[in-house]
This record gives sequence, structure tokens and C-alpha cells, in this order.
Amino acid sequence: VRRLLPAPVLSVALFAVWLSLSPTVDAAAVLLGAVVAVVAPALTAPLRPTPVHVRRPLVAARLLGRVILDSLRSNVTVSTAVLSRRALRSGFVRVPLDVRDPNALAVLAMIVTATPGTAWAELAHDRSALLLHVLSLEDGPGLVATIKQRYERPLMEIFE
Amino acid sequence: MSDVAAAVLRLALGCLVLAMGFALLIAVVALAGAVAALVGSFGLLSLRSFFQRVHAPTLVSTVGTWSIALATALQQSLVRDQVFVHALLVPAFVAVTAPITTIFLMRAATFRRRVAGEDAPPPLG
Repeated sequence: VRRLLPAPVLSVALFAVWLSLSPTVDAAAVLLGAVVAVVAPALTAPLRPTPVHVRRPLVAARLLGRVILDSLRSNVTVSTAVLSRRALRSGFVRVPLDVRDPNALAVLAMIVTATPGTAWAELAHDRSALLLHVLSLEDGPGLVATIKQRYERPLMEIFE
Repeated sequence: MSDVAAAVLRLALGCLVLAMGFALLIAVVALAGAVAALVGSFGLLSLRSFFQRVHAPTLVSTVGTWSIALATALQQSLVRDQVFVHALLVPAFVAVTAPITTIFLMRAATFRRRVAGEDAPPPLG
């Protein structure tokens, strides 16, 4: 199984996407989806330099819920900031990182981008720190603590 | 006979109320997405520096796309009488790819600022 499906999560995701895109779910669609789920990860393996280990599905589910809530909340915050048209105190924040796995960092980049008001600016070469731009910077150290505790810790549990 | 007629009438009314409820829900979700897209575009116009403007389109790529795709999936599922979820693939792929453009734009902007000697954070090394 390991040799046939080197990236099981990717295979399952491809299979699900294939079935949701096919107009009817019949034997032909399932067979083609299975072929795609086996062949595509094998062909694209060189694109994934570090193997992805995903563990702790419960932690991942809780993180997803957390991100959805935070995204909705910061959508409201940024909308009011944009519409009020008052001068905003924006600035950069340096976040020291403990997580090193590149896949976890990729997901962290998605989270930061998905919550309006924070934008990923730069990552240190040794991945020891991250530079963020914050639209409305009121409590820098508090924001750093929130990101580390809310997002980085679960990501380390899932990927490392 | 009149009992049956009353029951049928009540059932029809119930269905109508249910359908209107769903229609209202779908309309609210779609409108929320449209409002988010409008506010995001307005922010792109009105915010002052590049680093502030880069935040505005995230309103469109989060609540904007998710709400409209969700409304599409709900409406099409009801109309076609089958589960119709692949509209939700659009915001999912946007969520995966949006960080790439943001990171490239931010890197280019910080690099330009540093080269120009303007106020910019020091490189992380």
C-alpha cells in the first residue's frame, strides 16, 4: 500500500475532488478517479521535496474551526477599518518561529493570508522568524503570542 | 372533503414558507459575499500605502468568494435536487493560491523599499 499510495492524503483529496466534479457518480467515474488518485501523486512526487506527515485529525479539525472563526471576525474588523477611513497605525511585526516543517509553514502562510489584517512579508532563511505586516497594529506582542499559541502550536502537533 | 382540501392547502403553504425561507437564506449569504467584495475593492482604492492596500483583497478572497460559492452550492443543490458542491472548489483553490501572490508582492515591495532607503523593516537574515 505504501508503495502504491506514497501520499495517501493527497490521493484521497484527488479522489474526492474528481467525484465532486463528475456530473454523475457511477462506476466509470469511480474507476477514473481511482486511476487519477494513484497516478497523479506518483507523477508529481518530485514537486514535494519533503514528505507530508499529517497526524492528529482532531487537532486539525479544531484548527480549521478556529481559523474560520478568526477569519470571519477579522473580516468584520478590517471592513470597519476600511469604511471608517480614519488613519490606521499599521506596521511590521517580527514573529520568532519554533516550527520548521515547510508544509506546516505553508499552511501557516495560508492561515495568515486567510485572516484579513495580517500579511506574510518575509521568512528568515533558517526559518527562525517571520515578518508580518499588520493593518491595524495595536498590541504587537499580544498578536505574536496569539499566532504562536493559536496556530503554530497545533501546526507543530499536526506536522512534526 | 373540506378536511382534505384544508390539509392540502396547509401543506402547500408550509412548502411555500420553507422554500421562501431557503431563498431568503441564500439571498442573505450571496449578499454578504457581494458586500465583502465591494468593501474589499473600496479598500483597495482608498487605503494609503501599498502595505495597507495589500490587506483589502483578502476580504474578497475569504468572505467574498466563500459566501458566493456557498450560496451557489445551496441554490443549485435545491434546484437540481442533488448535492452540488463543486462550486466550493473555487474558494478552496483561491485559499491555497492567494498566499503565493501575497508573498511575492510583499517581498517585492519590501525589497524596493530597502533599495530606495525608505522606511522598511531590516532583513531577517
